[in-house]
Amino acid sequence: MPIVVDKEKCTGCESCLEVCPYDAIDIKDDKAVINEYCQMCMACLPVCPEGAIKEIQEAAEEPTNLEDYEGVWVFAEQRDGTVASVAYELLGAGRRLADELKTELSAVLFGASEQEANELIRWGADKVYLCEDPTLKHFNDEPYAGLLSSLINTYKPEIVLAGATPIGRSFIPRVAAKLRTGLTADCTSLNIDSETRNLLQVRPAFGGNIMATILCPNRRPQIATVRPRVMKRNEYDSNRTGEIINVKAEDLASRTKIIETVKEVSEVSVNLQEADVIVSGGRGLGGPKGFEMLKELAGLLEGAVGASRAAVDEGWIPYSHQVGQTGKTVCPKIYIACGISGAVQHLVGMQSSDIIVAINKNPEAPIFNVATYGIVGDVYEVVPMLIKKIKELKGK
Amino acid sequence: MNIVVCIKQVPDAAEVKINPETGTLIREGVPSIINPYDMHAIEAAVQIKEKTSGKVTAITMGPPQAETALRDAISLGVDEAILLTDKAFAGSDTLATSYTLSKTIEKLSPDIIICGKQAIDGDTAQVGPEVAEFLNIPHVAYVRKIEDIGEKSIRVQRLMEEGYDVVESTLPVLLTVVKELNEPRLPSLKGKMAAKKAEIKKWTAADIGADEKDVGLKGSPTQVKNIFAPEPKKDRQMLEGTPEEQTDALIKKLMELKCL
Repeated sequence: MPIVVDKEKCTGCESCLEVCPYDAIDIKDDKAVINEYCQMCMACLPVCPEGAIKEIQEAAEEPTNLEDYEGVWVFAEQRDGTVASVAYELLGAGRRLADELKTELSAVLFGASEQEANELIRWGADKVYLCEDPTLKHFNDEPYAGLLSSLINTYKPEIVLAGATPIGRSFIPRVAAKLRTGLTADCTSLNIDSETRNLLQVRPAFGGNIMATILCPNRRPQIATVRPRVMKRNEYDSNRTGEIINVKAEDLASRTKIIETVKEVSEVSVNLQEADVIVSGGRGLGGPKGFEMLKELAGLLEGAVGASRAAVDEGWIPYSHQVGQTGKTVCPKIYIACGISGAVQHLVGMQSSDIIVAINKNPEAPIFNVATYGIVGDVYEVVPMLIKKIKELKGK
Repeated sequence: MNIVVCIKQVPDAAEVKINPETGTLIREGVPSIINPYDMHAIEAAVQIKEKTSGKVTAITMGPPQAETALRDAISLGVDEAILLTDKAFAGSDTLATSYTLSKTIEKLSPDIIICGKQAIDGDTAQVGPEVAEFLNIPHVAYVRKIEDIGEKSIRVQRLMEEGYDVVESTLPVLLTVVKELNEPRLPSLKGKMAAKKAEIKKWTAADIGADEKDVGLKGSPTQVKNIFAPEPKKDRQMLEGTPEEQTDALIKKLMELKCL
């Protein structure tokens, strides 16, 4: 294990127990012992008053020719020939990273036209690697993974970003495994460590209860996925020019075949993602009845109803309403959180909302940390009063 | 059909609490469960076995305690279970985990491998597709329905952003499954008896012939640099007073925002 306790120095004071987020330290015979839950987060190292906890530096892996890799890439996914909006958001993030690294930003586009490639340039790309082959029009894991890996091997970008969509989450892991490199899912912020050029990838960890910064220091490329509506787009520049590089697909064979594609868009998810106002409920509602009340409030505000994972897991409301890391990411103008404690996994799905109103009984609830306006109170008292007063206002 | 299910033991998310002062997790007393999505993977595997006959083997990588997850799997109809446990596996990221699982699966040569779409502690959804790549077999992610299984092929529905695709794949194949696929059964009495008596095989890195530089921390390209609680917002405003005053203050704000 790379983190060890010096038994000579350890006094058994238990300071380290309190800071360990993984419950990975036990006290045995009055000495701290690191158990197998340890994730090597290093949180315990600085708190030990005796300096008894140390990281053993294992012979680090030899970095693989890091300097051969240069440039930032965005995989621009398309559906039915139209580039998905997450690609433009990634170009916004990628532009910032590329500028910081003083390098180029390129997009990779499969199965779409030059017209779409030009759009990517206007949204910030310097170059577009375009493969127009019609076989790639519909997403299929093996040809997508094969072609993207081979392009990466040829052109050697240092960073590759992709959308954490059903498409990206399905085939990007195959690309990472082919290239034997690291992949970080669902990043909520991306920055550059200016000293090492390493990508600092922040994502929710441990059931979404805490944030972690992930590095991929010794292998390239560094690959990250980002969920839709997390990153901000750049300004659109209709005069911007760039280079389109047409690439030929060599081997597009696949052992999976798409027989049929069926469109089936849930009305709820459209409403959630387009609504200006979302009224959301959590465990504090105590049961499905609470959502009837929220529906009424949402109706008065012409908004949609959201929910936390806890409320969905309890079966109070269908999954299609879930907001958070494993549900939808939303950014309405106003998000009203009712009886939601605010676990990190929920916060990452809504904290980019313009205005956040939190109503919760517990003044310590983490939801108040992200709130614009906070009300400490009982949702069953505040919300009905709100409904009554809004009705009176509208009646006038 | 010879089927392998990959499962993971995770802390029950509903029970995890945060220490409000330090922003860290309180794991004490949190029960461990089979990752909820893996329950659907187990159910799918057992249903296929019941239809086609054959064998279901559950595998997991983890500390010795993960044995209880495997016994639970047996109580649900799984025939055999293998626990991959070795100090050398500690600190594995998704790539090292996928490599380790794939070396194990190679030894079992299944027709179908089923995983939950993701584990609720990491939520990466990476291990399934990465295992398929290491094994050089096709995969289909987010399977919500298994339409047909033939001798050499399978037809499934996979969930997409705007609906679903019907996908046909050759065998062997790896599937990652979503909750809509089925309703996991409860353990039967016979299953519980079997779980008690079952011998859980324990395999180490040497048993699966894994290369030591590709497992655990050494085989993991990603590293956790640090962990932290999210920063609180600076311009937060608490609305004070009686519930009525608070409500009035909120309505005023909503009107200022032209929401009313």
